[in-house]
Amino acid sequence: MRPRFIDADKCTACGLCTTYCPRHLQDTFNEGLNLTRPIHIDYPQAVPATYYIDPAACLHVTEDTCQICVPVCRSHAINFNQKPKVKKIAVGAVVLAPGFGKVPDSTLAKYSYGVHADVLTSLEFERLLNPSGPYQGNVLCLSDQRHPKSLAFIQCVGSRDLGCGNGYCSSVCCMYAIKEAMVAKEHDPELDIIIFYMDMRTQGKDFDAARKRAEEQFGIKFVRAKVAGVTPWGAKGLRLTYSTMDGRHRFDPFDMVVLSVGLDAPKDARKISKLLDVELNKFDFCRTDPFHPLNSSQPGIYVAGAFQGPCDIPESVTQSSAAAGIAAGLLKKQRGKGYVVKSYPAEHDITGEDIRIGVFTCHCGINIGGVVDVPRVDKYTDGMENVVYHSESMYSCSQDAQEMLKKTIKEHNLNRVVIAACSPRTHEPLFQETLKDAGLNRSLFEMVNIRDQCSWVHANEPEAATEKSMDLIRMAVAKANRIQPLAEQTVPVTDKALVLGGGVAGLTAALTLAEQGFHCTLVEKEAELGGNLLVIKQTIEGVGTAATLKKLISRVKSSALIEVITKAELITINGFVGNFSSVLKVQEGKKTAEHTIDHGVIILATGGREHKPAQVLGQELVKSKQIITQQELETRLFGKAKKRAPSSVVMVQCAGSRGDDLNYCSKVCCNHAVKNALHIKEINPESQVFVLYRDLRTYGYAEEKYQQAREKGVVFIPYEVDNKPRITKKGQKVEISFHDPLLQEDVVMQPEVIALSVGIVPQGTEALSKLLKVPVTEHKFFMEAHVKLRPVEMPVAGVYVCGLAHSPKPLNETIVQAQAAAAKAAMPLVKGSVSVEPIVSHVDQEACIGCGLCASLCPYQAIQIIKVDKKRKAETIVASCKACGICASHCPTFAISMGGFTNEQIIAQIEAFGNSIEE
Amino acid sequence: MTDEFNPKILGFLCNWCCYAAADAAGVSRYQYPPNLRTIRVMCTGRVDAAFILRGFVEGADAIFTGG
Repeated sequence: MRPRFIDADKCTACGLCTTYCPRHLQDTFNEGLNLTRPIHIDYPQAVPATYYIDPAACLHVTEDTCQICVPVCRSHAINFNQKPKVKKIAVGAVVLAPGFGKVPDSTLAKYSYGVHADVLTSLEFERLLNPSGPYQGNVLCLSDQRHPKSLAFIQCVGSRDLGCGNGYCSSVCCMYAIKEAMVAKEHDPELDIIIFYMDMRTQGKDFDAARKRAEEQFGIKFVRAKVAGVTPWGAKGLRLTYSTMDGRHRFDPFDMVVLSVGLDAPKDARKISKLLDVELNKFDFCRTDPFHPLNSSQPGIYVAGAFQGPCDIPESVTQSSAAAGIAAGLLKKQRGKGYVVKSYPAEHDITGEDIRIGVFTCHCGINIGGVVDVPRVDKYTDGMENVVYHSESMYSCSQDAQEMLKKTIKEHNLNRVVIAACSPRTHEPLFQETLKDAGLNRSLFEMVNIRDQCSWVHANEPEAATEKSMDLIRMAVAKANRIQPLAEQTVPVTDKALVLGGGVAGLTAALTLAEQGFHCTLVEKEAELGGNLLVIKQTIEGVGTAATLKKLISRVKSSALIEVITKAELITINGFVGNFSSVLKVQEGKKTAEHTIDHGVIILATGGREHKPAQVLGQELVKSKQIITQQELETRLFGKAKKRAPSSVVMVQCAGSRGDDLNYCSKVCCNHAVKNALHIKEINPESQVFVLYRDLRTYGYAEEKYQQAREKGVVFIPYEVDNKPRITKKGQKVEISFHDPLLQEDVVMQPEVIALSVGIVPQGTEALSKLLKVPVTEHKFFMEAHVKLRPVEMPVAGVYVCGLAHSPKPLNETIVQAQAAAAKAAMPLVKGSVSVEPIVSHVDQEACIGCGLCASLCPYQAIQIIKVDKKRKAETIVASCKACGICASHCPTFAISMGGFTNEQIIAQIEAFGNSIEE
Repeated sequence: MTDEFNPKILGFLCNWCCYAAADAAGVSRYQYPPNLRTIRVMCTGRVDAAFILRGFVEGADAIFTGG
């Protein structure tokens, strides 16, 4: 462990040290685009929010001089005596998450990177666009700080590039280029942006919509071209040389060029491999197999994030949850060991007591005190309603200040505490902990933000900042006079799960939960388990699925913790996180029976199926035995017929997707086409295989298979949306006509088979959406709580999603998502209870008229309408409530109050706002 | 220029977004005029129309809601 030379417990992240540090240092966090100091923090939201000293640049560490920061730091956090430490930790599992590495500069040389300052990598451009970056988010040329008028993005730099050994697609660059282009346009609408690409790979959930927005709303242009190079041009500009599909070479001038660099293997990949004896793949990423996407070659060592293979944020987050869940299963015998639960003194009952408020105003060193006149503010609190004690403190968050606070609460019998200091978002839990230690309910606390939202933002207006502090404290004291202790609630959890769907997602989720030691019921509506994997015979890697599926099903069936119910579906569900009760309708012979199951969580793995389009390529589907789907082709190829591999086949991508019947990309069809094309060539190398596509989306390692298919003679021909291929029936034969952009002419073919890549649709999501009151997207896939950060959780607590019901995705991603959903679902089961924040809503049933407005508005399904003495009344389901207060603000009879944010309290704050300072 | 209009603004800030952003503005030391007084709520959904009207009654020149 390297020393940071700063004591994290003492550092208040005030930043004073950086302003005094005399030495400059290139800011590596901002990709070296600006300067920082050896003592610094990478960015304002860094975790921990603690500064550190770069020993390679610090004058004291390198030259044994300076030390100017030591006396500057008011909290005495700087400690040059820290030494590198070696720490031994006994662990049962390891998760590798070292991220990705950078594409070598040599690959960037042909684009004049390093020669011309206005050629940037996308990472540098990302920092340039960032408000905490070198130009506060302004888009400026690095060469002379002028606003560029034209900007080009070049895709696939260091990806899909055998020249630098990266034969894979980095999967994320198309999407981040679109995002960066849109952000740049937001900053500077006059800027002309062109994205030069080979295939626009926006295959993720709703990513195509982002591309459409970029084009239609932001006016960003997309040009399909191969960029040969970039050279300096004229006095300041750059010239981009590229060739378009028709084979013509063109030159265009630009002010700025952004290279969409790919994700390389982490630079320490080989070191990690050697150290832990885990195998790497040929690109130096961690080797895994499609059925165990997160298991390294070493048992007990798992991988998550880009080291597993290039992937974006939701994918990384999903993988990390899944890896943690697998590790938790492995270590379940150790669960609950190795920690002690903190105990608190009995809570002091304040009923009937007079209100006694203590106000503590913090200097935060000079962070507040340097701007705000703290003694004047402190004096101002004297005589405020029920304020019986007030004082200043240098650092109210320090350890000794906490002891002091406890003592003061006891000595002065304080029963409300107001602290004027920094932000409650960072420090409220600390002070509330102290209140609990002092025997006070933690809700008897109010915090005033006079640092982050006052002294720091009005640094040059001490008088105004002082007045603002006084106003804010007066408002807080008004509220404090009306705060009450709030009960700490916990809701017990039924430690069982219900998994809907017996495909690979449901099977994996059930098994992962069982491995963690939890009971679960797996419900399948068909007679047989297996879902789509029963018809998908092999993965794109060429691995057969049958044996693995068989093993998976037998493990599920033999697990003592999993109950499998087939020919069953969910008909009703009641309850909330930790306490669901569901009724299943089960087909038993010719009769149906109903089973009731109590469970704490539910995982939706209801899957999807191949779409059956009515519209293909903008025309009605031509019916013919020769026109089949990719899935039907795969089944045929795995059959026994001698002529199972057609002598000629034309595959049509996006047939029914991306604007035909379905308005989204189904992610898996391009891989499916390449897989089938390779299979045909394997059986019959003479077969002529053509693939008509819009953007060939063989992202990740599938790019290699695309390469292989081309080498084997499969012909890939792109088509444009405004000139789609046409399928017609000519007697017994089918005919397809299309434009070949290379030949620059229209081609007509009569292949033996036309294979359509028809896309994937979800199954049964609409009915379940109504039952569970969970949202679906416009394309009827379940909508997760947060697309990036909570990819397997639904907005309703206790409900999780995985597999095709969430969005189309290949097998390996489905497995990871199922593992992640199980890991998340296991959390309330492990805890055994759901803890409720005391600020949730509460319905006064005397005042409630049962109108149900609150229940209809609640975004979390946290209010139910019950019958009390035959009258309709609203009731909060505290375990599901997120304390947003929408119910309270809409209740026509003011029957709903929010803990800590009551009408009375807020009105008191508003009134206090109105009372101006009288001195 | 002492008689320049200096509005009294009352703000309702969502804990999860706008309040966090206001904190981040502080961390980045962005400077803005000091005539805003804020009330933190857990979501702007909490803001009853009555709060806004009450703010004007109490002398606010403008109400800011951030969520």
